[in-house]
Amino acid sequence: MKTQSFIWVAGFAAFLQAAAAADITGTVTLTGTPPPERPITPLKDDPTCGKFYTEMPTTHFFVVGPNKELADVIVMLKGVSGKSTGASAPAVMLDQKGCLYGPQILAIQTNQKLLVRNSDPVLHNVHATPAASGNKEENQAQMPGSPDLTFTFPAAENFLRVKCDVHPWMFAWITVVDSPYFAVTGKDGTFKISNVPPGKYTLTALHRKAAPTGMDKDIEVKEGETAKVDFTLEIK
Amino acid sequence: MPQIPNNPWLHRFALATALVTFLLLGAGGLVTSHGVGMAVPDWPNTYGYNPFLFPFSKWVGGIFYEHTHRLLASGVGILTGILALWLHGRAARPFMRWTGAALLILGIANELLLPKRWADGIVSGAAGLVMLGSSFFWPRCGPAAKWLRRLGGIAFVAVVLQGVLGGLRVVLSDDALGIYHATLAQLFFALTCCIALFTGKGWERSFRPEPRPRGSDVPVRGNGEFNLRHWLVGMTALILFQLVLGATMRHQHAGLAIPDFPLAYGRLWPATDPESVARYNERRVEVVAANPITAFQIDLQMAHRIVAALIVAGVGLCAWRAKRVRGVLGAIVFAWLGLVLVQAALGAATVWSNKAADIATAHVLVGALSLATGALSCIVCFRSPEFARDTTVLSPVTAGGPEDPSIAAGPAAAQS
Repeated sequence: MKTQSFIWVAGFAAFLQAAAAADITGTVTLTGTPPPERPITPLKDDPTCGKFYTEMPTTHFFVVGPNKELADVIVMLKGVSGKSTGASAPAVMLDQKGCLYGPQILAIQTNQKLLVRNSDPVLHNVHATPAASGNKEENQAQMPGSPDLTFTFPAAENFLRVKCDVHPWMFAWITVVDSPYFAVTGKDGTFKISNVPPGKYTLTALHRKAAPTGMDKDIEVKEGETAKVDFTLEIK
Repeated sequence: MPQIPNNPWLHRFALATALVTFLLLGAGGLVTSHGVGMAVPDWPNTYGYNPFLFPFSKWVGGIFYEHTHRLLASGVGILTGILALWLHGRAARPFMRWTGAALLILGIANELLLPKRWADGIVSGAAGLVMLGSSFFWPRCGPAAKWLRRLGGIAFVAVVLQGVLGGLRVVLSDDALGIYHATLAQLFFALTCCIALFTGKGWERSFRPEPRPRGSDVPVRGNGEFNLRHWLVGMTALILFQLVLGATMRHQHAGLAIPDFPLAYGRLWPATDPESVARYNERRVEVVAANPITAFQIDLQMAHRIVAALIVAGVGLCAWRAKRVRGVLGAIVFAWLGLVLVQAALGAATVWSNKAADIATAHVLVGALSLATGALSCIVCFRSPEFARDTTVLSPVTAGGPEDPSIAAGPAAAQS
């Protein structure tokens, strides 16, 4: 009976918090001219993987829209830690298709499951090369059609690199955040961080090339209001 | 004076070992150039298979380079083992019998105790049988000099250590071990070249003291002006240092730290403050070796360029001074200069091609040849000035049967 009451109270408290929480939205744009993307020649030259492409595939470091909207930017609350709900959050999928990782940039919470799938008819190996202490380096082979591999990372880390050593042009970068308050910009450069408790925060925007250490902005989230924050990253 | 078994087949075998080692260096260079050192994540197995029985259908992508490298390395290990045993002559037979029998028993025990690892048992048993059988057909020649036998032993220990280093680099995923692995590879290749030299006919001839050739007026030994020996040793040591620098650069797995040549980021000396390095990284678009570069890596490449210039100048000076040395030494030093110039051009091409794998690997290989040639020139020069010329007055020391009196009687007989 006591347990049931506790669950009700906890659920009610969570409802109240969600009701009081607000969203943060915005757009990230890029100024300056990014360097031209490069053709992934080894991929096209590979006897197996090259068959997947009729045209030369290229790198995608700067995915910029017509109005300079920048995709693949991780926007997150800075300095918020210990709030991760990763252990109970749904798993995030990283696929290997056409001998490339998709998505190439993603963000997950600490201890959130990362499932890595091999949709290709060739063997890949999934080699996570973290830099933060607490995250373990792993290098696992994955045959075609074999079950998804599961990875978890207990420590926060920006741009944790995952690579395939069999196909050395394959890279993905995972930002591990110790809270659920983050988002990755889409092709239109927009982001939305939901259910942020009211308060003053520092919001940071990370891009692997244009802002590898992040661009910070101080914001205030008020109850029931949507905070709108735009970032303009510059390439010199 | 120590004696050398002047056995042409032993010499050819030593040459073949050096040649296969050179190929192995190329295979290893391709592994690093393609960034596929971890394509096979386990060791000593290959994806759980005994490496000799790994299905060819699975040799795809980076696995092809890494697995070829491992098999070639095993081949070089076997060749080095045979060479080390051959230097012991017929005395190696009992050792081969006992070791062969032990491997055979190990293979049978493996089949009985670890049936799941049946392939390992078959490989071990087959190796034992081959060793045991070979012992009955093993050359009956006498042993080489003690120092040469020891050198063979050192080569064998080095190749085993090299294999373990390579394996640990995979198992521990430690890039720093890759630097040691690459450096030892270069030294091992130079060692195999030296053994090939020591087992050759020319080396045997060099025991015979000859008067210093007329016209050889360059002081090979020091007279206070220009000591060719010291310069050869100094330049060889500098090349080794340069190879360590190169190995350190390659095993950072960060591509080109400086993308232009002869300038560096458009300047004679690039800025390495944090803002500049951040700007360089911002504009780098990596296809492979996707790691941000650091100021240390830029400094490292600048040091590599400076040392390269010093080597070209130093070896050029040696060649200039050695031009009046007739015979082998002069030819070796001129060949050395040629190699060093080719190496400098390949270094530039590596930058201009954005570190194309084949060009970068050729750069590694010519570096290895430069080191080996430097080592050989030092040995030839230190051996005696007379060796530098083409001596022809010799009585042949016959190749080694057990009844060869010159071998049985030792060094004195060899010189009589």
